[in-house]
Parts: sequence; C-alpha cells; structure tokens
Amino acid sequence: MIEALHLTKTFKDKKRGLIKAVDDVSFTCHPGQIYGLLGANGAGKTTTLRLLATLLKPSSGSCTLAGHDAATAGLQVRANVGFLAASTALYGRLTAREMITYFGRLNGLADAEIRTRVKRLADELDMHEFLDRRCDKFSTGMKQKTSIARTLIHDPAVMIFDEPTLGLDVMTARTIVKFVRECRNRGKTVIYSTHVMSEVEKLCDTIGIIHGGRLVAEGTLAALRTRFGEQDMEEIFVQAVGGEAALLAALKN
Amino acid sequence: MNWHHIVTVYLKELRDSLRDRRTLISMIVIPTLIMPLLMFGIGAVMTKVIKSAREEASRIVILGGEDSPGIVAALKADQRFRVVPAAGDYKQMVSEKKVRLAVEIPAGFEAGLKAGAPTTVMLYHYEGEMKSGLGASAVERFFRDLREKTIESRLADRGLAAEVVKPFEVKRQNVAPPEKVGGNIIGGLIPYIIIILCFTGAMYPAIDLTAGEKERGTMETLLCSPVHRVNIVLGKFLMVMTASIATMCLTLLSTGVSLAIGGSFFTGGGRAAAAAQAVGGAAKAAGVMPSIDPVGILGVFALIAPVAVLFAAVLLTISLFAKSYKEAQSYVSPLIIVVIMPAMLGMLPGIELTAKTALVPILNLSLACKEMLSGVWHWPYLALIFGSTCAYAAAALALCVKMFDREEVMFRE
Repeated sequence: MIEALHLTKTFKDKKRGLIKAVDDVSFTCHPGQIYGLLGANGAGKTTTLRLLATLLKPSSGSCTLAGHDAATAGLQVRANVGFLAASTALYGRLTAREMITYFGRLNGLADAEIRTRVKRLADELDMHEFLDRRCDKFSTGMKQKTSIARTLIHDPAVMIFDEPTLGLDVMTARTIVKFVRECRNRGKTVIYSTHVMSEVEKLCDTIGIIHGGRLVAEGTLAALRTRFGEQDMEEIFVQAVGGEAALLAALKN
Repeated sequence: MNWHHIVTVYLKELRDSLRDRRTLISMIVIPTLIMPLLMFGIGAVMTKVIKSAREEASRIVILGGEDSPGIVAALKADQRFRVVPAAGDYKQMVSEKKVRLAVEIPAGFEAGLKAGAPTTVMLYHYEGEMKSGLGASAVERFFRDLREKTIESRLADRGLAAEVVKPFEVKRQNVAPPEKVGGNIIGGLIPYIIIILCFTGAMYPAIDLTAGEKERGTMETLLCSPVHRVNIVLGKFLMVMTASIATMCLTLLSTGVSLAIGGSFFTGGGRAAAAAQAVGGAAKAAGVMPSIDPVGILGVFALIAPVAVLFAAVLLTISLFAKSYKEAQSYVSPLIIVVIMPAMLGMLPGIELTAKTALVPILNLSLACKEMLSGVWHWPYLALIFGSTCAYAAAALALCVKMFDREEVMFRE
C-alpha cells in the first residue's frame, strides 16, 4: 500500500528561483494493483517517486509505504521497497551474483538465505549463464535482469519503477513489462512512471496524469475515457494537461 | 552506527577498488616503485654524471701568455686540463660549451712574479653551468698552488719561515651523530614524499567512490537500500583510508628496503664520497654516511595516521560535490599544491617546531618527522600535533557525513 498525502517538493534554482517540482500530490495505490504515473519530461514523476523511496525529503505533505511513514521511518520504508529506475545502475566491476548478494546483505539477509534467493531469481529470470560475469560486459537485457533481481532480493511489498523501459530495445522492454505484471500478480503494490502512452494502457489499473508537478487527472482507463470523451490515451493526456499549447510551454521550461 | 552495514559496504568497496586499475596504480604500483626509482635511478645517474664530470679533463682556452711560456706549459702538462687553441671569440666558445672556461694570463705575468709586481689572472666561465664551475675551481686551485709556492720561495729568499703568513689553522670537526645528519638531510624529504603519496593514494578511490558512483548511476541504487547514510559514509571512508595507508606502508617498506640496499651500495668503495655529494654537501663535510633512527620511522607512521584520516575525509567531501569523475579531478588536483606547500615549508631551515606551528596541519607533521628521524622526541609537541590533527580529521569526517545527508549535494542536477 502506498499513500501520498499533499506531497510537495520545492527546489531552489539560481535562474528561476523557487520551483515546485511536486505540488500537493495525493494518491493511493493498493496491493495487487499497478498505479501508472503518466507525465511529460520534467512533469515531476521522478521527484514524486524519489520522495516515495525516501531518497528526497518532502517540503510538506507526507507519504506512507507498507505501513511506514517515510518521514520518520525511512529505513523501514526502504526495507520494504524495491526501486528500479533508469538512473539506478549496476556496479560494473562486480559480477551479477556479487551485486545481488551485496544488496541482500545491505537488506540484512543471512548469506545462506541470499544464496537460496539468488538461485531462485536466476532460475526465474534465466540468469545462470551470466551470473558470475562482470556487469560492465553485459548487454542491456542482462543488465535489466540483474537490476530486477537486485530489487527483488529482499522480496519487498512495494515496487517503484521510474521509467524502467527508457532507452531499451523492444525485447528488453517487453521483459520488463512482463516482470511488472508478475509483481502485481504476486500481490505487490506497484507504482510505475512513464511517458509512453501504450505502456499505461496495457499495464496500469489506475492512471494518474501529472503536469507541472500537479496531479491533474486520476482514474481507471475506462473512467478517464468517459471523463474526457476520448478513446485514445494520447488524446486524453493532451486534454488533461490543458491542450497542446500548455504542454509545449511546460516542455520549454 | 551499524557495524554489519559498515563492514559490508567496506568489503564491497575494497573488492571493487582492487578491480579498478587506476586505484591499483596509485595505491600499489607507484608507492612501491617510486622510492627505489628515486634512490637508485636518479641517484645513480646523478652520481655517475657528477663523477664523470669530475674525472673528465676540463677543456680550456688560454688567452695571452705569450711572454709567460712556463705557466702555459705547466697548464698544458697538467692532467686536469686539456688546452685547446682559441678559435674565434672565446666568450662564444664558453657560451656554446665548446670549452669550460677561458683563462686570460696578463701580459708580463711571469716577469711580474719575479719582480714582485701584482697581476690579475682572469677566468671567463659560465655561471650556473656545473662543468664550467668545476673547471673554474680546478684552474683556481692550480693558480692558488702557484701563489703558495711563490709566497714560500719569496719568504725563503728573505730567510723567513712559512708560518709568518700562516699564524694559525682553522679546522672543522662534526659532532652531530650520523642519525642527526641523516634526519636533517633525508628527514625533510621523507615526510614530504610520504605526505604526497598518502594524498594521491586516497585521491582516486575518494573520487571513484563518490563522484564516480554518481556518474555511473550506482549512488542512487545504493541510497535506496535500507542502510543509514552514516554507515555508507563510514564504509566508504574506511576504504579510502585503507588506500591511503596502504600507499604509505608500501612507500615506507620500499624506502626501508632501498635504504638497506642503497646504504651498502653508497658506502661501498670509492663511491661514498661522490654519493654523499649527491645527497648533500653536509654529509660530505660530516665525513660519515647519514643513517636514520628506525624508531623515528615508527613515530612518523603514528603521526601520519590521523593525517590519512583527514585526507580521506576531505577528499570524500570535496569529490562528493562533483557530478562526474572529471569534475571531481578538477576540484581535487589543485589541492595537491595546498598539501605540498606546508610540507615544503617544513623543509626550510629556520622554521622550527613550536606550539604555533604544531597546530598547522601537514606543516606540523613535516617538522615533527624531521625531528623524530634525527632521534629528537618533543613529547608535548607530538601530543599536540596528534591531538590537533585528530580534531581536524574528526571535523572533516563529520562534515562528510553531513554532506551525504544533503539532497542538493547527492542529487545535483
């Protein structure tokens, strides 16, 4: 379960002064569901997810993940969260096994437990062939599989994905999408950010459209279609953010 | 603080760094090779060059002297000189290093000697050029001997003893023990080299573990693990310390081995004088081979430990600001000068260990090392140095932890 209440994050910028990257965002994601956070570049997706993962502290508002308050129990929140982003890379000089084991240890797992889990994850993700090779020699597909295993080693209840398919080839992107679905099927709470409309349509149970740091529309795909009178996700998105001109202005910023 | 986490982070960073070629070179290869290279490579080359320059006959040009055939013949007969005929401008010949110097014998020199009229012999040499200087000294010695002989014969002609113009002698005798001499000559140099290596040994891991991680995107991966940031900082800090101390130990070890081998190498046979000359004129004056107090080396080791902490913490903090390896390098590289300056000041004569200088980081170490290596132990000052450096190091480490907690540093965009 993820509960965000009036989350706000402001940054100081030398040129533009105070910027509200996230502005009064509230939403709830339930276990066994995927919440899709849809927004253009710079809309506030990454900042929102970093706030959830306790990498950043909110300027105001609060969030609770798996029953722990992010502001007061950051360690417990992180112990229950698997965070996968385009910006969470692997240690190139470690092997896949060392990488996964390292995060198992940081999560407080015993070595015997880690060995069993690594074996199971390697079976599931078909990683045995490259498990003992160094990550810097990996293809993007191998890297993503290793990252997935890294986020799953402590079997977290909440999964946060920040544009996980960004810059990936079709096959690797499909593997990721398949894996995100599996997380939902296992009863995990999943939040998934993207700017790819088709992914949202295929994957998400609830969709939140974020624009200029504000959550401008929220609902199931069907509800959004009814509300905006459009079938196509892209059209719904453009309408939700206030038309093409508003989108263009936001992107220029 | 969670030691399990600190050790986990440390062991991972250690393994990671040992697989990084840049860190390995700065941590192991350079410190192991630099001392033997300095002592044998440069030392041997210098010794050889000086020796051959000394033994080689000086090429000189004689100007004038047509009416003083005896002097010209004596110069030509002397093994130390090779007289070459003047071709063109003598100044140019000296400048172009075709000859080491030109000797101008004034007209009527020999006649003047007989008559007792004072004359001046001019030596045209090239200031700052070692070979020219050596040649000039040799020619000077030749004429000094001639002058002494002339004086003696003049005194004899008047029936006077040689002591008339030499009422007494002045002699020098060294009372400093050999290790004191060694401490003063090498003592300034060793901490200087160790300080620099201690710094460079910590530099690459510090950058790699902070800015490097940010650049490669692994910092965010690490920060989303359920580990308190203090533990991450301490694990990383221990790794940088390890690199710094490994660099220092390897340097000391290779210095020790070089000295042990080099000592017998330098004292062996007729090379001693030439080698001592290469180390410094003082050693030759002392007439003994400088040696170093081995307990002093341990003292240096103990005092450098908190400096290594200071370096590790400062380097981590500064590199943490940078977004990339290159950016961090451009912040950290100029710091070498900040480190070298006080270390060099410590080598200057006249700057002594006082309560004030004991509080200046790095300079205090440099000064204390010089004393300890010569066997002098000022315990109150040593305690002050150790204490103050520990305080600086603790402050730097606290600052580093604070930086790790700041979003605008960790997620600078």
